[in-house]
Amino acid sequence: MALAAFLLIAAVALVSALGLILKRNAVHGALFLVVNLGSIAALYLMLGAEFLAAAQVIIYAGAIMVLFVFAIMVLIPGKEETGPDPRRSYRLLAAPLGALLLFELAVALAARRGAPGAATAPAGSVEAIGRLLFTDFLFPFELTSVLLLAAMVGVLLLARRRA
Amino acid sequence: MSPIPAPPVVLGPLLPSLIVVGTAIVVLLLDLLPPRASKAHLGTVALAGLVGALLATLRTWGSGGRAFHDMIVLDDYALFFHIVICYAAALIVLLSMDYLRRAGAESGEGYGLILFSTAGMMVLASANDLIVVFLAIELMSLSLYVLAGLFKRRREAGEASMKYFLLGVFASAFLLYGIALVYGATGTTNFDRIVVAVGAGPRDRLFLIGLGMLMVGFGFKISSVPFHMWAPDVYQGAPTSVTALIATGSKAAVFAALIRLLVAGLRTIQPDSTALLWALAALTMTVGNVVAIAQSNLKRMLAYSSIAHVGYMLVGLVAGGAPGAGAVLFYLLAYTFTTVGTFGVIALCERAGQEAVEVRDYAGLGRRHPLLALTLGLFLLSLIGIPPLAGFVGKFYLFGSAVRAGYVWLAVIAVLNSAVAAYYYLRVIVYMYMQEPEAASASLAPSFAGGLALAIALIGIVLLGVMPAPFADLAQAAVAPLIR
Repeated sequence: MALAAFLLIAAVALVSALGLILKRNAVHGALFLVVNLGSIAALYLMLGAEFLAAAQVIIYAGAIMVLFVFAIMVLIPGKEETGPDPRRSYRLLAAPLGALLLFELAVALAARRGAPGAATAPAGSVEAIGRLLFTDFLFPFELTSVLLLAAMVGVLLLARRRA
Repeated sequence: MSPIPAPPVVLGPLLPSLIVVGTAIVVLLLDLLPPRASKAHLGTVALAGLVGALLATLRTWGSGGRAFHDMIVLDDYALFFHIVICYAAALIVLLSMDYLRRAGAESGEGYGLILFSTAGMMVLASANDLIVVFLAIELMSLSLYVLAGLFKRRREAGEASMKYFLLGVFASAFLLYGIALVYGATGTTNFDRIVVAVGAGPRDRLFLIGLGMLMVGFGFKISSVPFHMWAPDVYQGAPTSVTALIATGSKAAVFAALIRLLVAGLRTIQPDSTALLWALAALTMTVGNVVAIAQSNLKRMLAYSSIAHVGYMLVGLVAGGAPGAGAVLFYLLAYTFTTVGTFGVIALCERAGQEAVEVRDYAGLGRRHPLLALTLGLFLLSLIGIPPLAGFVGKFYLFGSAVRAGYVWLAVIAVLNSAVAAYYYLRVIVYMYMQEPEAASASLAPSFAGGLALAIALIGIVLLGVMPAPFADLAQAAVAPLIR
């Protein structure tokens, strides 16, 4: 079961990565990247790294992708969308699929209510990672702050208008 | 939630790197204070920080230590590299002071980034954990990517910075993937525990693939063939003083990590890695030297020449053991002085307000600036490996270690390559002394700091060439405890 899920998610990740580099349209590429980042998050989840999966979705698939799409919209002007939508018939699918999603959500919420809360922190939890960062991996953690400072100074230097 | 026990924090083994990082922050803060018009004092502060780090390093010699769960090891080996890197960085700051002002690109951020990059190199030299290796390489490279594009108005600068950045990130991805696979195969990122894990179990294919990926990442950073494509464009487009830093400090630091992991740590898989390194060394030397012949731009020529020198140093890695590693350390010291000096002369020469980078710009330099021409001539002779200069002794130790370890053919290839290399170095000398100067040939842009840097580098190569024994002993003493 786990193997099948892994193969499926890995295939999705690979195909979306290929789509990202093969698609000429930048917006399509960005959407493929979203799918890719999402499937990587699913892989993290399968490995028991809940925090990483959540961070992946929130930071990469969320924040960074929004910036990407903004940049693409601002920098690469696309053709005006005119005329009737060529995929009009697909809209009929929207209602049943939406209903299915709503049903799924309701089932998940109902199941959640009955389950007891997690008693102990699993290995991939925020607490476990925080603990590691501040004990065993304190030095890499601090070194990262220097790295970020250097990156910030570099950006200032390159982006400043007067030479 | 139980309280987190505070981990033991021992800052002693980090002192030299901490001094450099601290100086970088001080330089950035001073940049905001008056006098805003002149930035000369910032260079002096940066230089003082590097000298301070050098003194701290020399004081710590023989009494290093470990810190942060063995992630940082400050042994004599790391200290030797600290000395090489600090010397290189100090000379480069000296060179930059007038050079960047002439180009109108002097800034506190520039000095700060040179220092950040230096700190990254120093941490890399004492790193004993793959995660620290990765972060240190990133700190070093990220600063260099920006510095390569310091002359924003020139088109080549943008090309250099962009190419270096994109290919560098690509190489970092390989490095990271390699680290992940090695972690998957051994369950740790710590060098010591990786060695134990590899020694215990049977040959693991996952581990070998991971190690191969690591080699790709390292190979890019030291610009060994076939990962050298970025070097000529970056060397040409970057400010000359930054080029010197890329060519010396960054390579020395990556070699430090490479030797610590490969030659000292993973001797059990030596049969596999040696065949790979043999091919890399032969390819790197030959391609570097042969392509260098065709270059008319001096900085491009030196880029290919530095690729060739990486090939020579890989010969020492093939020879392996304490003699081979010690020879590489000595060679790095000699190479650093010589290369910083060569780029230093280029930084001091200008032609019609531009940098003098074409070989023919140097026609007749021997008549108009005899001292400068003599200096450049000596550096070039050292790069060829003419006695009694540092380059000769370095090559002697390197090729000697290869012959003693039984790699006679590799030594033969290396010697043949040195002969080929003599051609393009001598061509510059011929231009300087035997060609009539053109109307607008290179002239000297006087600079006290630059002159001082050249003098130090010149004393360095003569000293290393005339009495190499103490320095060679130092290099051997640095690697001996590592390789036992």
